[in-house]
Amino acid sequence: MTNTSSPLSSPLVNSLRSGPDDRGRFGIFGGRFVAETLMPLLLELDEAYRATQADPEFRKELDYYLKDYVGRPSPLWFAQHLTEELGGAKVYFKREELNHTGSHKLNNVMGQILVARRMGKTRIVAETGAGQHGVATATVCALFGLKCTIYMGATDVERQKPNVFRMHLLGAEVKPVTAGAGTLKDAMNEAMRDWVANVSDTYFLVGTVAGPHPYPEMVRDFQSVIGVEVKEQITQAEGRLPDVIVAAIGGGSNAMGIFHPFLDDASVRLIGVEAAGHGLDSGKTAASISRGRPGVLHGNRTYLLQDKHGQIEEAHSISAGLDYPGIGPEHSWLNDIGRAEYVGVTDEEALEAFQVCTRSEGIIPALECAHGLAHVMKIAPAMAKDQIIVLNVSGRGDKDIFTVAHHLGVKL
Amino acid sequence: MSRIQTRFAALKKEGRGALIPYLQACDPDYDTSLELLRAMPAAGADLIEIGVPFSDPSADGPTIQAAALRGLKAGATLGRVLEMVRAFRETDNETPIVLMGYLNPIDSYGPAEFCFDAAQAGVDGIIVVDMPTEEADLLDAHAREAGLDIISLVAPTTSNSRLFHVLRDASGFVYYVSITGITGTNSASAADLEKALPRIREATSLPVAIGFGISTPEQARTASRIGDAAVVASALIKTMAGTLEDGRATERTVPSVLKQLEGLAAAVRA
Repeated sequence: MTNTSSPLSSPLVNSLRSGPDDRGRFGIFGGRFVAETLMPLLLELDEAYRATQADPEFRKELDYYLKDYVGRPSPLWFAQHLTEELGGAKVYFKREELNHTGSHKLNNVMGQILVARRMGKTRIVAETGAGQHGVATATVCALFGLKCTIYMGATDVERQKPNVFRMHLLGAEVKPVTAGAGTLKDAMNEAMRDWVANVSDTYFLVGTVAGPHPYPEMVRDFQSVIGVEVKEQITQAEGRLPDVIVAAIGGGSNAMGIFHPFLDDASVRLIGVEAAGHGLDSGKTAASISRGRPGVLHGNRTYLLQDKHGQIEEAHSISAGLDYPGIGPEHSWLNDIGRAEYVGVTDEEALEAFQVCTRSEGIIPALECAHGLAHVMKIAPAMAKDQIIVLNVSGRGDKDIFTVAHHLGVKL
Repeated sequence: MSRIQTRFAALKKEGRGALIPYLQACDPDYDTSLELLRAMPAAGADLIEIGVPFSDPSADGPTIQAAALRGLKAGATLGRVLEMVRAFRETDNETPIVLMGYLNPIDSYGPAEFCFDAAQAGVDGIIVVDMPTEEADLLDAHAREAGLDIISLVAPTTSNSRLFHVLRDASGFVYYVSITGITGTNSASAADLEKALPRIREATSLPVAIGFGISTPEQARTASRIGDAAVVASALIKTMAGTLEDGRATERTVPSVLKQLEGLAAAVRA
């Protein structure tokens, strides 16, 4: 099963899937807020991306790598034990953690690296939070023999050591960033600084559905393979579409990937789960939509955690992949028009869900998607037994066992 | 005529380019940066650029990043920066003041209110690093109404055809980011500048200021001759940072920066 045409290869009328507009906007969100030095590069990237969309050879090439290298399609698993335990709706897992490198990140990276190659770029820079995007990027750079530099917050380097070592093994240079709190936001700043200084040979491989246009659109398109597969798989398994789709959100790429093909299916509730950290009102949260307001950062207008003077605040989450004060602009738009709902789950709730999933299904989820699962555990019991929830299990949790052990007071 | 036009016209008569020093507002504290700002014209500043501290200055190198953090720690807000300009205007009504910063604090303040308040305070122009021409409609009309110049940035990556697009409605002066990179890192050579400037002048008759990577008197002199002005930022901040003790100003802070500024001015005027 492969995605045979890009979701935007033909114009969509009266559809929620037609965005962004030609200024890269979803409603008031998105845009291209970058320094002039980068602006010509974004225009060049936009042109290159449009060319790949029109090229059947590109799609063929991408499908080949998605199938034989990434390992797609990923299964849709009926989580029977968890369903019984919760006593309500049937819970399905979209098994993105089974992709090569252990998360959904490779879907996007594989697409973008093929674009970068067509543009003749020889060096790749990327930002990473939990390290999943960094590992995926380092992986394709190894595959295609490209130079690779990954920027990672120093705090994240510390809490995600296995992934740092993986990137080293794959031949990437990992640069710890000590500015700010040393997390994803700071890594993003530093990656942009690198890009602006090395524009001629370097491609900036953004890992989520954020940043300046066309990144949010392009990353979404490459991740939409998740939702396209779910649609086919759930129809085969249940003969109908799900009632609810749940996905965890940092920047929001796994959520956008599973949501987007369902945007026009009004019967399907879409729920994005933000990291509430110590609690939505604790001041230590990463819930940009629930506790932020619109502003401009990292090339796009979107919901941001910021003070009243427009200074960006540090996010907090136990999960390095969700520890970001912004969110993809299309999510901000989906929130404002009411098509998707955004809720918060705390560190504690995610830790609990992490353990439940591991014991009941034998699947160790990434802490990111444990947030999604925690919300499923809240809503499933109150739903009817013939209702269906699909959770995007966007990554595996091997990288998180040290963090979890630490929080459980276990010394490894 | 605006203060910016008047100043560039006067310098043209003098037959020399302008020196534009930069300071970060509230770095290391409000009083010190105001004292420095007030003393800059006498030390040779023809125009002055004031950096508005932002938490995520993604186009700036380590020197200005650190200055922004010090400024924020000292309580810098956009309102406080305007207060500083008002205080400066009490004693100087000629030297043009240009604010340089990122969009989000302005967006948060409110684009229309900001343009009005800034012009009232005595600001002449604004440079918004992360607002390319494609997004400038956010501020354009408000700035025009308030009589503020939005200073357009152009870069080595800006193609000839794009130069015309970017500079079509430009006012005040044009800021040429002379390297592809962040502030205070590499420097463009005189040969690079000699090649770039005719390209820009094809597209505009406005004065062209050259910035990013200008640190020595020699470089300032070269840039002010090939262009119409040289912007010196990180080099002055580095000097200031070197005089701080535990992040606080010392009695050497203001004199050290002014002394360096005098050296730069002498070279530009030689």
